Amino acid sequence: MEWTSYLPPLLEGAWVTVQLAVYSTVLGAVFAFAAGIGKLSHNRLISGISVVYIEVFRGTSLLVQLFWLYFALPVAGQIIGIDLRLPPVVAGILALALNIGAYGAEVVRGAIQAVSRSQREAARALNFTPRQTLRWILIPQALPEMMPTFGNLAIQNLKDTALVSLISLGDLAFRAEQIRNFTQDSTTIYTIVLFMYFGMALVLTAMMKLLERSVGRWRTAGT
Amino acid sequence: MLFGIEWDTSSEWAFAVSILPILLIGMWVTIQATVLGFFVAMVLGLILAVLKAAPLRIVSWPARALTEFIRDTPLLIQLFFLYYVLPEYGIILPAFLTGALALGVQYSAYTSEVYRAGLEAILSGQREAARALNLSSVRTFTHVILPQAIPRIIPALGNYLVSIMKDVPVLSVVTVLEMLNVAKIIGDRTFDYMVPLSMVGGLYLIMTLVASAGVRYLDVMLPKRGFPLR
Repeated sequence: MEWTSYLPPLLEGAWVTVQLAVYSTVLGAVFAFAAGIGKLSHNRLISGISVVYIEVFRGTSLLVQLFWLYFALPVAGQIIGIDLRLPPVVAGILALALNIGAYGAEVVRGAIQAVSRSQREAARALNFTPRQTLRWILIPQALPEMMPTFGNLAIQNLKDTALVSLISLGDLAFRAEQIRNFTQDSTTIYTIVLFMYFGMALVLTAMMKLLERSVGRWRTAGT
Repeated sequence: MLFGIEWDTSSEWAFAVSILPILLIGMWVTIQATVLGFFVAMVLGLILAVLKAAPLRIVSWPARALTEFIRDTPLLIQLFFLYYVLPEYGIILPAFLTGALALGVQYSAYTSEVYRAGLEAILSGQREAARALNLSSVRTFTHVILPQAIPRIIPALGNYLVSIMKDVPVLSVVTVLEMLNVAKIIGDRTFDYMVPLSMVGGLYLIMTLVASAGVRYLDVMLPKRGFPLR
C-alpha cells in the first residue's frame, strides 16, 4: 500500500484530535479561572473545594482520571441510582479539561496574586466592590502574565488528547493503531503521525503567540 | 485471582482490602518504571544539553530541533513508535524496558532545558572572576559553575520525577502491568471498576504527595550557594 493512502483516514482522526483539543482547552480555561479565583475566595467552602479539586487532579495521573470517569463513574451512578454513563467524547473532553484546568488554576491564582498591592488599594480607595476590582483591575493585568504558561499547557493538552484513543474515541492515535493492525506498516504510519502532531503543535504555538500579543496590550506601563 | 492473590467480593470493604496487596504489586512496577525512566531522562537530557550548547551550528541546531520535536509529540505515539519500530530493526526489548525508554526519551527534552537553564543562571561575573584568577576552563566548570548549578538543577529535576510517575500508566497500552493496568484487569474480571480505580487514584495521590514533599525538602536542604565538590 502507498503511504499516501494512509492520509485520508489519518486526517479524519486529526480533525477529531483538533476538536478535542479545542473543546477541552476552552473548558479547561473555564475550570482554571473558576478554581484559581475560588482558591483566593474568603469563603472557606469555595476555597476548600477549589483546593481539593486542584490537589486531586494535579496529584493523580490523567489516565487514571480518564478511566475513572469512563469505567468507574457509571458503577458509582448505579449505586446511587443515577445513570452516569458518559459517552466516550464527553468523558474524554471532561477528563482532559479537568486535568488541564487544575494546572491552569495555579497559574491563574499566581498571576492574580502577583498584581501589585497598590493596585488593590487604589481600587479600594475608589470604592470598587471586590467583584469590580477582580473584573476591571486584577484580571486585565494578570492575563498577560498567564499567557506564556497557558501556551505550554495548551500544547500539553494537545499531546494528552492522544490518551482518549484508549477509551475507543476515533482520534489520530486511534486511527493510526487501526491502520497499523491492518497493514503492519508501523514505521511509516507512526512517522507520519508524529509529524502530524508536531505540525498541530507548531500551529497551536503560533496561535498562542498571537493571543499573547493581543492580550499584552493590557500590560500596564509601570509594571 | 491475580498474581496468586484471591479477592473477596462479599462486601465493598472486604473487596478493597483483598485487592490492596495486588495493587501494591502494581505500584512497585510503577515505581520501578518511574526510577528507570527518570534515569534515562537524566542521561539523555544531559547529552542533548551538551549538544545544544555546542559551538558548532551543525551540531547544536539538529539537537535543538530534536528537543522541540520530542517535546511537541505525545508520549503515547512515541511509545508505540519504539514498541513497534525497534523490533523491525532487530532491537527486541521487553515491554517494560521499551516503556521506560519512551518515558526517558520524552522527558529528556524537558531535563535538557533544566540543565541549560541551571548552567546559564550562573552569572557571567563568576566566569570572569574565574578567568581573572587564571583557572582553566575545565576547572572553572568543575569548581565554579557546576557546584553552583547543582542546587538549582536538582529540585527542577525532582519535579519531572513526579511528572514521570504520573505518565507511567500510559505504559499499560504495551501490556506493562503497572498499577492502573492491574486495577483495570481486576475491574474487567469482577465488573466492579469503581473500587480498584478509586483506590489507584488514592494511592497515586499518596505517591505524588510524598514525592513532592521530598522534592521540597531537597530544595530547602540544598545549600543555595553551592556544593564544595571536594
